[in-house]
Amino acid sequence: MLKNAIDGEAYRRMLNIRSFEQAVTRLIKEGEVAGACHSSIGQEAAIVGACMALRDDDYMSGTHRSHGHPIGKGADLKPLMAEILGKATGVCKGRGGSMHLTDAKVGSIGESAIVGGGIPLATGAALSAQVRGTDQVALSFFGDGAVNEGAFHESLNMAAVWKLPVIFFCENNGYAAVTAATSSHGQPVVARRADGYGMPGITVDGQNFDAVHAATKEAVARARRGEGPTLIEAKTYRFDEHCVGLFINGNYRPKEEIERFKKEGDPIVLFKAALLARGNTEDDLAQIEAQAKRAVNEAVAFAKDSPFPAPEEAFDFLYGSPVESDTSRRAAQ
Amino acid sequence: MSATKSITYLDALGLAQREEMERDASVIIIGEDISLYAAGGAYGNVDSKRIRSAPISENGFAGMAVGAAMTGLRPIVDLTIASFVYLASDPIINQAAKIRYMTGGQFKVPVTFRASMWHNQANAAQHSDRPYPMFMNVPGLKIVVPATPSDAKGLLKAAIRDDGPVLVFEDNDLWAVKEEVSTDPEFIIPLGKAAVRREGKDVTIVSVAGCLKPSLEAAEALAKEGINAEVLDLRTLVPMDTDAILNSLGKTGRVVIVDYAHRTCSAASEIAAIVAEEGFDLLKKPVRRVTTPDVQIPFSPPLESPLYPNSKTIAAAARGLM
Repeated sequence: MLKNAIDGEAYRRMLNIRSFEQAVTRLIKEGEVAGACHSSIGQEAAIVGACMALRDDDYMSGTHRSHGHPIGKGADLKPLMAEILGKATGVCKGRGGSMHLTDAKVGSIGESAIVGGGIPLATGAALSAQVRGTDQVALSFFGDGAVNEGAFHESLNMAAVWKLPVIFFCENNGYAAVTAATSSHGQPVVARRADGYGMPGITVDGQNFDAVHAATKEAVARARRGEGPTLIEAKTYRFDEHCVGLFINGNYRPKEEIERFKKEGDPIVLFKAALLARGNTEDDLAQIEAQAKRAVNEAVAFAKDSPFPAPEEAFDFLYGSPVESDTSRRAAQ
Repeated sequence: MSATKSITYLDALGLAQREEMERDASVIIIGEDISLYAAGGAYGNVDSKRIRSAPISENGFAGMAVGAAMTGLRPIVDLTIASFVYLASDPIINQAAKIRYMTGGQFKVPVTFRASMWHNQANAAQHSDRPYPMFMNVPGLKIVVPATPSDAKGLLKAAIRDDGPVLVFEDNDLWAVKEEVSTDPEFIIPLGKAAVRREGKDVTIVSVAGCLKPSLEAAEALAKEGINAEVLDLRTLVPMDTDAILNSLGKTGRVVIVDYAHRTCSAASEIAAIVAEEGFDLLKKPVRRVTTPDVQIPFSPPLESPLYPNSKTIAAAARGLM
C-alpha cells in the first residue's frame, strides 16, 4: 500500500500499460498477432493522469493507439489481450482488434482509427450528458496529427458554443506517424488553438503524472460545473515506432532525441522517483510492479487459451434492430 | 379505423418528428437553421436543450449525433440538402455504420440522418445529388426513400425508433403533395417492406423514391394500350424487399426499374443484379433500367429536364418489353 491511494492506483495502471505493451510486442515477435499494433510505451503518464481525473461513469474516446486508454481507465486486461489476439472472448469479440480496444464498461465510447474521429463522438457524449441532465463529462484522447482535422475544429467550436462538459486531451508526441508536428502545424502550440474557440487551453508536461492529473482534474471540475470545455496539450513521447515492428526507411526523428527521452523522460521512472520522494518504500513499489506483471501474464494466458470466433458469426452485431431480409447474409449464401 | 387528416409530405415529416419528440425524451434534433422552425413550434412543446441549431459543421455535428446516440439519446440529424451529406459521410460511414459491429455489439447507435433531394429545379450540380446508392454500399446503414405523405410519416417514425443508423432521403418535389395521413402517433411503416401501388400482370415497374408519380402515370398510359403494368414502390432500399420484387416478377416476367439517380452502381443496378441472380428463370425479356445518365446535373432547365426519367420514357421502356 502506498501512502496515497491515488498514487498507488496510478502507478499500478501505468505499469499495467507498460507491461501490457511489452507483452504485446513479444507476442508480435512470436507471430501471435495479426494486423498492426501501436504501442503506448512512453505515454503512460499522459494517459493515466487524464483517466485518473475521471469517474468510472465518465465517457472517453480514443485513437488507433488504443491499448493504453482502457487500461488507464481501469479495464480488465484479459478481454483486451484476447481482442488483440482476435479471440471470441475479446472485449469486442474479435471485431475490433488492436486499434479499437473499446470497453464500454469503463466508459469508453470507441477507439477510432480515423484520425480525429473520436473527437466528435466524445463531444456528442458530452451533449448527451447535458441533455439528460447528468453530471457526467467526456474526455477525448487524440494525437497531434488530429488537431489538423476539421472534426477537431468543428467539435471545439460547438463544445464552446454549447458549453459542453468535454475535455479535449491531446497526447502530443511530436509526430503524426512519421510527420513532425513542427512541419505540419501553423500554430505549433496545440493549446493555443483553444484561443480561437474561446476556451481555456493549457500545455502540460505529459511525462509527469502529477502535472497531467492536476490539469485534467481542474478541467473536469470546470466541465462538471457547467462551465464548458478545456483543451489540454500533454507533451509526451512515443518510445517505439509509429507501429510496432514497422520498418521506417529514413530518419524522421533523431536517435539522440529518442535516447534522451528514454533516459530522462520515462514517465514510469519519473513517477517512481516522485513516489519514493513521498516516503514510499522500494518494497511497496516492487509489490505493485509484481502485481502488474502477474496481471499481464494472466491476460496473455487467458487470451492464448481462448477460442477464435466461428466464421459464421461474422454477420453478428451489424444491426441494432435486426432485419428480416439481410442483404449481407443473402449475398454470402 | 384511426383518424386521418389531409396534410402534405413535408408536414407529414414534421408531424413524425413532433410526435416522436413528444413521445420520447431521448429524441433530439440537430442541424442547421433548426431554431427558425423550432420558433414556429415545429418540434412540439419540449425542452429547448433537445433542439440544437448547429453551426455549419456537418462533419462535426453528425459525429456528435453518433456519440449522443451511443450514450442514451436518439438524435435526428437534419442535413437539409442531400449534397451536404458528403460532408457528414465520414461519421456516417466510419462511425455510425461500424461502431456497433466493431465493438462486438457493445453499443446501439439509434441515429436518423435526414436529407432532401432536389431535381428538375435548376439548382445545378451541387444541390442536385441523390447519394443513396453510395450509402447502400455501406453495410450497417438502413436507407428509406418515402414517396408518399403517409410513408414520409411512417418511415421517418420507424427510422427514429430503429436502434441503428437510418438515412432518410426525401424528394423535395413531393413536399407539397397532399394526402390523407393517419394522425395515430403509433402509425409506423415498417422498414424493408415495399408496396404494390398498382396491380398488373404484364410488366413490373419498380419505382425508387420520387419516381412513383411518373411510374403511375406511365402505367395509366400503358393501360390505354392494353398493357397492364404493376407498380412496385420500394420505400426502403436497405434492407431491400427482394421478395416483393421477385413476387411481382413472377406475375409479369418483365421488369423496368426507374430511378432518378445516376445509372452506374445505382439502386437500379442492384435491383437488376438481384433479378438476374435470383429471378432469371422468371424473366421473359431482359431487365430494363430507366435512370438519369452518368452526367453532372446542369443548371439550364432545357439541359436539365430531359436527363431524368419521365412517364414517357418509362412507358417506352415497358412497351419495348412487350
